[in-house]
Amino acid sequence: MIAYGEKIREIAKKLLAEERVDLIIGFKQGTLPLMTEPVMIKEPEKTDQLYWSSFCSMNLANYLPKRKEKIGIIAKGCDSRNIAVHIVENQIQREQLYIIGVPCTGMVDRRKIQSLVDGKEVREAIESDEELTIKGNGFEQTVKKIDYLQDNCITCMHRNPVIHDELVGDLVEERKDPDPYDDVKEIEELAPNEKWELYSNLIKDCTRCYACRNACPLCYCPTCFVDEADPQWVGKSIDPTDTMTFHILRAFHCAGRCTDCGACQQACPVDINVRLFTRKLNKDALELYGCEAGLSIEERPPLDTYQPDDYDKFIR
Amino acid sequence: MSETVITREEIKEFIKSLQGSYEVFAPVREGGYHRFKQLTGDEAADLDFSNTRLSPKSLLFPQSERMFEFTLDETNEDSHILKETPKEYPPAVVFGIRPCDAKALRLVNVNFDNPEFTDPWWAKRLDSMTFIGLGCNDPCSTCFCTSVGCGPFHEEGLDILLFDLGERYLAKALTDKGEQLLGQGGFQEDADVDTRKRAGELKKEAEHKISSHVPTDKLKDKDLLNLFDAPFWDEVAFACINCGTCTFLCPTCWCFDIQDEVSKNQGDRIRNWDSCMFPLFTLHASGHNPRSEKVQRARQRFMHKLKYYVDKYGNGVACVGCGRCVNYCPVNIDIREVFKLMNEW
Repeated sequence: MIAYGEKIREIAKKLLAEERVDLIIGFKQGTLPLMTEPVMIKEPEKTDQLYWSSFCSMNLANYLPKRKEKIGIIAKGCDSRNIAVHIVENQIQREQLYIIGVPCTGMVDRRKIQSLVDGKEVREAIESDEELTIKGNGFEQTVKKIDYLQDNCITCMHRNPVIHDELVGDLVEERKDPDPYDDVKEIEELAPNEKWELYSNLIKDCTRCYACRNACPLCYCPTCFVDEADPQWVGKSIDPTDTMTFHILRAFHCAGRCTDCGACQQACPVDINVRLFTRKLNKDALELYGCEAGLSIEERPPLDTYQPDDYDKFIR
Repeated sequence: MSETVITREEIKEFIKSLQGSYEVFAPVREGGYHRFKQLTGDEAADLDFSNTRLSPKSLLFPQSERMFEFTLDETNEDSHILKETPKEYPPAVVFGIRPCDAKALRLVNVNFDNPEFTDPWWAKRLDSMTFIGLGCNDPCSTCFCTSVGCGPFHEEGLDILLFDLGERYLAKALTDKGEQLLGQGGFQEDADVDTRKRAGELKKEAEHKISSHVPTDKLKDKDLLNLFDAPFWDEVAFACINCGTCTFLCPTCWCFDIQDEVSKNQGDRIRNWDSCMFPLFTLHASGHNPRSEKVQRARQRFMHKLKYYVDKYGNGVACVGCGRCVNYCPVNIDIREVFKLMNEW
């Protein structure tokens, strides 16, 4: 996957030089090891900034809504699914996009790497196809990347971009049968009060910074319900009731639309696995409607469609 | 002022003994990171840390704080009258605070306690606290304190500064409050010349280890509007997702919002942390928003810290170089790069 960088730069340069796109949205190397920064490139000569590593975990579809230009965008499997969701939801037109697909073998979780070295500062990271070497004061360690993937990448069933105009490498083999919902099933077994306790504990450190919401491509409402001031729906303190209201409503707004890209979890500054909210809804969408979000640009999300042969009587 | 040698064991005992007469706040590791917490029972501070994930500003300036209470019950003679929420200010010790965070509290103090206004809750809390700082022997690569008027053993805002000498600490009293607190420990061993020398070396070594440097020298003389209109803001802000991570983790971000929350007839006036990253921060009652675009909001944060504050207070930038925003920005927007852009523009 390391070699993708060169290919990305080559494609981007060509697209800009031939004026087939106005800009490219991709990643540039971070100022820290284990980090990257989303970047917009408009000039062919600046395409050498584009970069690829196993730490391109943010979802670039987040930067698309309401843009008017013709855009070249780098897309992993999950990003491509969110691009599809945006197209279906009229946030961007397919014709505006030139999708540079990245067959993905999974992003490495920077928090997992940091806990591997017990919170010590990683000062240098060197990546090969399979391995990652991290160095810091008094340590140097080489690990297999596959052992430290983001949780969502471990259970990902759509590593290849679902829509693309060009690929930066050969398609990768999709996983056949991980059970992606093991953790959700465990929670489903709990008694209601135990579930409440689990979720209350999950968000006890939440600072309401909204990094989870803002890293999410689905959250493009001009004014989020928590930011409505007149009327104000939700209290703005860190009272547990208000914090829980935010998380539950945010998750429900993503029902049937979430691609489990993991950006919310990666963005959280206090390490909350906010995916535990959305994953239950993803499982429900799959079981109730056979829906996995963003696999097609034809199909509307299950919660905004109606079918006359719906199995529920009340809606017929 | 005294300089005393204390063993690791003694300091543990000392902190424990303080819990009888003070509220003691110290870094503890909970979940995957360190945070300031009040020590209770046998819980001990964990000083094996670079810094706490969130700054200790919340000890004085809680994220949500009830300021006043009121009733809307018109049969009550106090109806519609704000009553200050009673608060207590027990003596407290903040143990293990890093020098950057201690300086940050003094920096924030210009907002909460100045000739024009005094925020009584902030001021009383600050007054009730004694700060025992722990110098940084091993600053992170993202620390740039020495560029912004601070340093790994900076003394401003501290009452006692600890130098970690391995098995022992040198405790340097910096204020009367610190002297008095140290006195309660009954420590016998005054630091000899060699120990003091070793502490001085430790400080120099730590300063030397700081690998991040940011330029600040030209900020003061820059034309404000010229910086405001600089073309680099679009590039700086492109990746920004406008979350509140940088502002909430920052030890010097002091902005807040005031809200009334009412349930039936009872109401509270609450102060909550706010963030210039949020559109609601500047939304006018008319519906107009002077900072409706994310680039305006991202610019505001940097302009406030590196230009407006510099011009208004004349004591440097509103940043202590702790590196939290650098480390935890989900999209790696790095204030060190913005320092360079602004200073060199």
